[in-house]
Amino acid sequence: MTKKIPIAILGTGNIGTDLLIKVLKSSYLECVAFVGRNLNSSGMLRAASLGVNISDKGIIYLEENKRLYDFVFDATSAKSHLINSKVFSKLKKKVIDLTPAKIGPMCVPSISVSDFVEHGNVNMISCGGQASIPIAYAITNFGKDDVEYIEVVSNIASRSAGPATRQNLDEYISTTEKGLSFFTNAKKVKAILNLNPAEPAIDMQTTILAKLKKTNLSEIKSNIDKIEKIVKTYVPGYKVIVGPLIDDSRVFVTVKVKGLGDYLPSFAGNLDIINCAAIAVAESSAKKYYGK
Amino acid sequence: MESKKILISDPTLRDGSHAIKHKFSKDDISNYCKLADKARIPIVEVGHGNGIGASSLQLGESLLSDFDMLSTARKNLKKSKLGVHVIPGFATIDKDILPAVDVGVDVFRIATHCTESDLSERHISFLRKKNLEVWGCLMMAHMVDTETLIDQAKKIENYGADGVIFMDSAGSFIPNQIKERVEGLVSELNIMVGFHGHNNLNLAVANSLEAIQSGATLVDACSAGFGAGAGNTQLEVLIPVLLKQNFDTNIDFNGLLDLAEFVISKFGKSTSSVHIDSMISGYYGVFSGFLVPVRRVALEYKISPIDIFKELGRRNIIAGQEDLIIEVANSIRDKSK
Repeated sequence: MTKKIPIAILGTGNIGTDLLIKVLKSSYLECVAFVGRNLNSSGMLRAASLGVNISDKGIIYLEENKRLYDFVFDATSAKSHLINSKVFSKLKKKVIDLTPAKIGPMCVPSISVSDFVEHGNVNMISCGGQASIPIAYAITNFGKDDVEYIEVVSNIASRSAGPATRQNLDEYISTTEKGLSFFTNAKKVKAILNLNPAEPAIDMQTTILAKLKKTNLSEIKSNIDKIEKIVKTYVPGYKVIVGPLIDDSRVFVTVKVKGLGDYLPSFAGNLDIINCAAIAVAESSAKKYYGK
Repeated sequence: MESKKILISDPTLRDGSHAIKHKFSKDDISNYCKLADKARIPIVEVGHGNGIGASSLQLGESLLSDFDMLSTARKNLKKSKLGVHVIPGFATIDKDILPAVDVGVDVFRIATHCTESDLSERHISFLRKKNLEVWGCLMMAHMVDTETLIDQAKKIENYGADGVIFMDSAGSFIPNQIKERVEGLVSELNIMVGFHGHNNLNLAVANSLEAIQSGATLVDACSAGFGAGAGNTQLEVLIPVLLKQNFDTNIDFNGLLDLAEFVISKFGKSTSSVHIDSMISGYYGVFSGFLVPVRRVALEYKISPIDIFKELGRRNIIAGQEDLIIEVANSIRDKSK
């Protein structure tokens, strides 16, 4: 078996902790530092119980121990990543950015796996972006058709959204919208997020709505089937549950994302979809550059 | 005895938007605003039914842009303040709040679902720093108990809001529940407390009166009750009720009647009353703004709107989740096959 690539995770909230569990399962990656600011947070306690090396010194720890790890996942907040990314480039460390800071190129693995080693920094957009952009891309006939308007609405369980996600709501919207424009070339885009506190917690669902110049529903359906299969290869719980159909002269598709239940229970598909995408990017580069 | 002052905020040109699929014209806005200004309405709220930044395929697209709606209102409001509803998750500071500040909006009401007030922290603090009037709104407040409502309202107070409005967005409350909530909020907060009613169970005026008698200092009311679902608290009925109880709103009585007549003559068919569908929506605690889309989908899927409302209520669907109507309709139709 080849040696695993040592990585660090910065940010120990819901996203960071779920990512840690996924890294622990990976055949290519090994988490050598799980770094945050509070040793008593539930993510930190979980990491400690799993025997992972933890630190509450934040990015300073990663500066002081730069030989320890090859690259970093940043799961802090957009605001923090703007500061962190400068430190990483000074340290010459590559980074996969899970915040909506959007410094590096945006990546949706089912469309194309960005090479973060080459770029130094890739951005995973947002959970809603990872859930919706593949479908939006399929609706536009893989970026070939003209689209008037694409809108995506994500509904997630309140319990799955930690403080950073809540503070980053505006960035979530602008980054998701930038991702949608970039991958679909739609003339107009809009992203919406609803947090629903219902108990038992709701599964993550995302609805993609589109206004097209001409609508070929059977072509859209076959495109969506294709991309759904690709997304499922890295997000097993991804499923189209409604449509595509035409409703009130809109193309309408809803996907559900059941999580793997790695950290939070399976309702938190929003954690899964962005983290599975980040792992897919990391493993692809691990195979290409490090595994030799 | 000196009469107690009550602040009225009039969302006719915002909540009423739900009833006409968000199709207010420039004439509607300028004519209503002129009359509202004349009637000394303290705050006139304008925009898409779900506020600025909410025109969408999900909720329905506005006929006019937010800028056109707000600048038209601004031109015609001299004494009345101009207010907007803002839901984080739909609207953002850069895209929606800043342009509204530039147009000259006086009052910002940042609204979240009743358990999610921390989503409004940045927006409220941003407006506080700009020294603008900002209120926090807790929507669908019937879904939580008094204690939770107070906890959420305290957060809004900490963010720097001038007041908290709890919204009976589904028209689900009854007066004794209002009394308990307002008394709790007033005793625990140092900022103003307001109430926004809907009439699904024919209690909007009674609930608003109860709120005021329990210590609320702001209530929302619409001319002819023009609003989502069964409509809002009917302004021209509320004011005489308050006068009888010696509450003072400073609104001109004749001007008030002109406003109601304008709304009825202009939107007669769409003005609100308690139909079976909206009673059901109130009883099952479903957001009032769902009435128009639920009726449309029920017709298309040849199923009963009542079944859709029941299922939406069972699943605790909140405002903004209109896409779930299609999913629920699909599942009802599939089951009946």
